[in-house]
Amino acid sequence: MDKPSRADRRQFLRALLRVGGLSAVSVGAGAWLKTRSRRPVEPTASVVRRRQFVAASPSLPDLAITRGESPRALVRGAVDVLGGIRRFVSRGEVVVVKPNIGWDRAPEFGATTNPEIVAEVVRMCREAGAGQVIVTDMSCNDSRASFERSGIAAAAAGAGATVILPEPRRFKTVDLRGEVLTEWPVLEPLLTADKVINVAIAKHHSLTGVTLGMKNWYGIIGGQRNRLHQRIDESLVDLTAFVAPALTIIDAYRVLMRNGPTGGSPADVELRKTLIASIDPVAADAWVAKAFFDLDPPRLSFLRLGEARKLGTLSIDPARVGERAV
Amino acid sequence: MSQGAVQPPARRRGGIRRIRLASQALFFALFVLLLVRTEFSASLLDAGAALRLPHPVSFFLELNPLVALVTALSTASLYRRLVWCLVILVPTFALGRFACGWICPLGSLNHFFGAWKSEKKRGAKLIASNRYGRWQTVKYYVLSAALVLALFGSALALLLDPISLLVRSFAIVVLPGVHALVASVTTTLYLWPLPGAKTTADVLQLVASHTILGFRQPHFQQVFALGLIFAAILFLNLRITRFWCRALCPLGALLGLASRWSPVRLQKNEAVCRHCAACDPPPLAHDTRQLRRGLAVAGQAAEPPAKAGNCNRCLLHCQGGDDPIPGAPWRKAECHLCFNCVADCPQDALRFGFAATPHTATDGPQLQRRKLLGSLALGAGLLPIVRSAGLVASQPDPRLIRPPGSLLEPRFLERCVRCGECMKVCPTNGLQPSLTEAGLEGLWTPVLVPRVGYCEPGCVLCGQVCPTGAIWEITLDEKIGRSAGNPQAGDPVKIGTGFYDRGRCLPWAMGTECLVCEEWCPTSPKAIYLVPADVVTPTGETKRVRQPYVDPKRCTGCGACEYACPVHDRPAIYVTSIGESRSKANQILLERGQRPRPKAAT
Repeated sequence: MDKPSRADRRQFLRALLRVGGLSAVSVGAGAWLKTRSRRPVEPTASVVRRRQFVAASPSLPDLAITRGESPRALVRGAVDVLGGIRRFVSRGEVVVVKPNIGWDRAPEFGATTNPEIVAEVVRMCREAGAGQVIVTDMSCNDSRASFERSGIAAAAAGAGATVILPEPRRFKTVDLRGEVLTEWPVLEPLLTADKVINVAIAKHHSLTGVTLGMKNWYGIIGGQRNRLHQRIDESLVDLTAFVAPALTIIDAYRVLMRNGPTGGSPADVELRKTLIASIDPVAADAWVAKAFFDLDPPRLSFLRLGEARKLGTLSIDPARVGERAV
Repeated sequence: MSQGAVQPPARRRGGIRRIRLASQALFFALFVLLLVRTEFSASLLDAGAALRLPHPVSFFLELNPLVALVTALSTASLYRRLVWCLVILVPTFALGRFACGWICPLGSLNHFFGAWKSEKKRGAKLIASNRYGRWQTVKYYVLSAALVLALFGSALALLLDPISLLVRSFAIVVLPGVHALVASVTTTLYLWPLPGAKTTADVLQLVASHTILGFRQPHFQQVFALGLIFAAILFLNLRITRFWCRALCPLGALLGLASRWSPVRLQKNEAVCRHCAACDPPPLAHDTRQLRRGLAVAGQAAEPPAKAGNCNRCLLHCQGGDDPIPGAPWRKAECHLCFNCVADCPQDALRFGFAATPHTATDGPQLQRRKLLGSLALGAGLLPIVRSAGLVASQPDPRLIRPPGSLLEPRFLERCVRCGECMKVCPTNGLQPSLTEAGLEGLWTPVLVPRVGYCEPGCVLCGQVCPTGAIWEITLDEKIGRSAGNPQAGDPVKIGTGFYDRGRCLPWAMGTECLVCEEWCPTSPKAIYLVPADVVTPTGETKRVRQPYVDPKRCTGCGACEYACPVHDRPAIYVTSIGESRSKANQILLERGQRPRPKAAT
């Protein structure tokens, strides 16, 4: 009968080392992981402060109005009245041009900014030596369809802009430091750009009466933004204060008078062949609301609140307005 | 891909096998490419381009004789491009089931997985599993039941069509899964503190998004059911090569029947096979015994004991289970023309050739009359059962919202292949495979789930991809009711009607302004109108808010309101199918669903 073979000393030591090593590693790892246990805290959004308002100049008007047949001439003329594009864009700067590409509609329905106007703004920025001109917006309808059918993607790209679709990866959550808006995902180009130019379109809107320049900032945020409607006026002021645009352009070539902001019928559109440009986002909206929608600006809450927050003036001094027929 | 354990010596007939492999790879790649491109892609540089898909993405379904035959039986017509199925059918009359072995992407996938090694399919078991078996006739009974169903006006059986099955599995399970996988890998890589991890993630994201990923991550209901079925079909190959193709596939059965008079036959030179040196001093000594045992086991099943050598190499990689081995009758209706047997034979005892020999019983599937009658009865009996089950017949499901252009429900079910092309192409991800909404007969047909995605007013892509016209191809003008004589939107295609849940609606229940639904409403004039009302707030103050109402005359049921409603979990406005243009019965308003009264002569 064989005696059960006994482990020799070397095997025994080896086994001891294995077991001991495993135990030591487990105990060490356990203790280390234990010290790391904390209640998870979501990272706080970073604060981005933008301040790009262009200061008023005594020799130049604050608000320009142009009337004429050609959308391109309208916008070029209006910027000219304000002192030319170099007042707003310097050589090498990254500029975001923010049109309204909210809906899957062709230009003639007046639901999205006129593509020729957007392209002309891009062209002017390029002429001023901008390093990069980005055109982007967070559409409500499918963004691919909206960018294509509005004609804005093609026109802007043709004029030398980088067209950026609002894909999820393009957003970054930041603290807007607003009164009602705090942490929201914002289209990242808006956060990093040197200058932001608003190229909105004048439209009817049931909730705010009109959707003009300030309402266009709705299109820079993602997330569950449909909640903004509950306090839409404060939200718009928060957004405008956050973006602080260098220039506000309101396309009133075609004005959507009814069934805004989506429209959908040529009967809703009136041809007004006008364009407004201003360094003052409140004054621009106030002028268009009064001129085309017969609304009393002080009765529009977002304008009143905007003035109270010192984003601009409701009643612009006529001496600060420049008009031109182009 | 089908190189077995026994490597035959190099031979001159291997060439055609390589061509076949190339054909399979090519068609599979084409299939995946077309499916990936079944997606709205905007041309950022061409605003004038009509919003159309650049490729005939449903082409594989249109090449499919089973889809054509079933819808021809159920509708007595062939929709749009379905006549292209002749490109497959007519050569099949002459050549046999070449489509199964050379073209069918599901066949190729099964072929690929059939080459995987498994314990259940080694040596003798492999040989035995590749002998012809009676169970392979099941697919003919499936086919006969499918055709009876079609005669009674239901395309239900196209659930089992291989192309429909593969499109559905890829569009709803595989591609969204790949999308999620890429997303999770890149997210994880981003969190790793290793150098290069971020770059790797960016490269992966870039490559994937330019090749197989869609614009955004799609989400579908019923992924588990569809995924399990697809996985089961693939894994069955580990037991029996191409089990699906041999036993179940109704398209394979149809092509098998179509090949009945084809003059292309496998010619077996038994003398050469017998005197082959391969079995005498066995070069395959290590497994000859296993092979022989396998043959003996299999020989009990097949009537004429196959007396060939001990070699059996022709059975090693047989795809169809058609008995290429000398000594047993060749089953023409089962053969996929994969040419593996020809290439594997060490003696060139097998070859395909045109033969004017008289037809034998084994050219056809050799069905049993009793079973055939049984399957016909099953097909005929299934439909009343399916149709009478549940409440669908008497009470349509309010959430059965069909995509725009869909035919009236019975006409729709005559045609719908359940391929999922429309769900793949839907830009909002709103089209989902149904479970009970359309009853059992409508299983996995498309329904719009507006909370997931609404029907884009400017999109008619679902009708463009539908191969059978269940969703009839309509133009954008038709969808919004615009015509040459009426430049403004007139009578649009309605797919349902919106209703408020006032207990959840902010202006109705909470005295808060909202109106997102009204903002999104795409019709002009808007189908949502606002009425000012004084409400009492929780603090007792009276406040004036505007409360929304739906005008059912103008509402098209697109669901944009339901999609956009800020009451995120269960929306305060929802769409049900009532008022849909396609139905005369499913209406609320008296004036709808009736022929417009002819204008009085003036």
